[in-house]
Amino acid sequence: MDVHDLTAAYALDALDADEREQFEAHLAQCERCRGELATLGEATTALALAVPAPVPPARLRSRILDAAAAERANVVPLPMRRVWLTRATAAAASVAACAAIGLGVWATTLSNDLATQKALNAQTERATQILLDPSSQKTNLRGGQGMVAVDATGRGVLVVDRLTAAPQGKTYEAWVIPPGGEPQRAGLFKGGGSMTMVPLEGSVPAGAVVAATVERSGGVSKPTATPIFSAQT
Amino acid sequence: MSRELAHLSDEALVALAARSEQSALAELYDRFGRPAYGLALRILRDESLAEDAVQDAFLAVWRTAPRFLPERGKASTWILTLVHRRAVDLVRREERRRTDALDPETEPGDRSPPVDEEAWLRLQRERVQGALRQLPDQQREAIELAYYGGFTQSELAERLGQPLGTIKSRMFLGLGRLRELLGDPGLEMSWTSTT
Repeated sequence: MDVHDLTAAYALDALDADEREQFEAHLAQCERCRGELATLGEATTALALAVPAPVPPARLRSRILDAAAAERANVVPLPMRRVWLTRATAAAASVAACAAIGLGVWATTLSNDLATQKALNAQTERATQILLDPSSQKTNLRGGQGMVAVDATGRGVLVVDRLTAAPQGKTYEAWVIPPGGEPQRAGLFKGGGSMTMVPLEGSVPAGAVVAATVERSGGVSKPTATPIFSAQT
Repeated sequence: MSRELAHLSDEALVALAARSEQSALAELYDRFGRPAYGLALRILRDESLAEDAVQDAFLAVWRTAPRFLPERGKASTWILTLVHRRAVDLVRREERRRTDALDPETEPGDRSPPVDEEAWLRLQRERVQGALRQLPDQQREAIELAYYGGFTQSELAERLGQPLGTIKSRMFLGLGRLRELLGDPGLEMSWTSTT
């Protein structure tokens, strides 16, 4: 027997952790073993089907789907974190480039419903304009990776990197808090993408704080929770 | 429950899951959750550990879907392999593995499943068990202890008092023979669940 003949033991999961690791290294380089494994895989699938299959408890399905939703979206092959780490003083151009990448990713996670798509396009266009505008003031978030950009007319956008999706029944809500004033509702968002861009509703007065809280679905008119992140513009 | 993705192939669903499409993960679970749970339960003999193994496996599907290569094998095989791997890892950690032979009488936690799905699964089960019975005893024993018992080949050699090479041969020949006996047709893993 040589290393090639470990395919059966591997397919049956009969290797210990070290053997498994070694064989996987071999597998990466051995066309013959990969082919062999593919054919044996069907036999092990059959073994999986040879046992009684009681119906799993219904809670298992929701547990899995909730856990999947809570994880950050898995479309994150883009090296964006690096961009964010040096973002404080990044030039507007680099921000724009990374925003463009992020939007592409973001758009794929949304439904292709036309109305949604149109609203999305208008939103992203507005957000991108603000990010591209070299005179926009940009402030890093405290408590999260991201920033708030506000242009000269007071239009603002909140950008959050890799924000975990809001739990089921919950939403994120953005707030603009003018100096000495009450928090104003500024938009709802779900997170879950590699980058979340939220065009802020209303205007962002000079010196305002932009913050976000987790609220029940549909949002609330006054924040009920401590902000998960904020930025002092 | 709406099954708007029910017409898609398993592989197409994995591709959608790779794009964070949650409904695709839900559909994959609706197709494979039950055999996955049955397999994990057979290995772990504990309902809550079996649930953990299935959950881990489906989250692994969710996380690693972008790396799934259809040319390396079917999505059904990939998913059940992930389930098996998780269950075996857990049983080795828990020292809970069971060695009794495959027993068609034991259906722990059965919750009277829908009739059509039940019939399909029972047919598959009988077919595979029939093929297993045709293997030489020693090959069947090695395969069952490894696959359902979670034993490593070295543990099997010790347990059965045989050289490691003999154990490897039995698994290799047995699994190869099993594949021949089963042939290809009829192994397609798709049915319409009514759950």
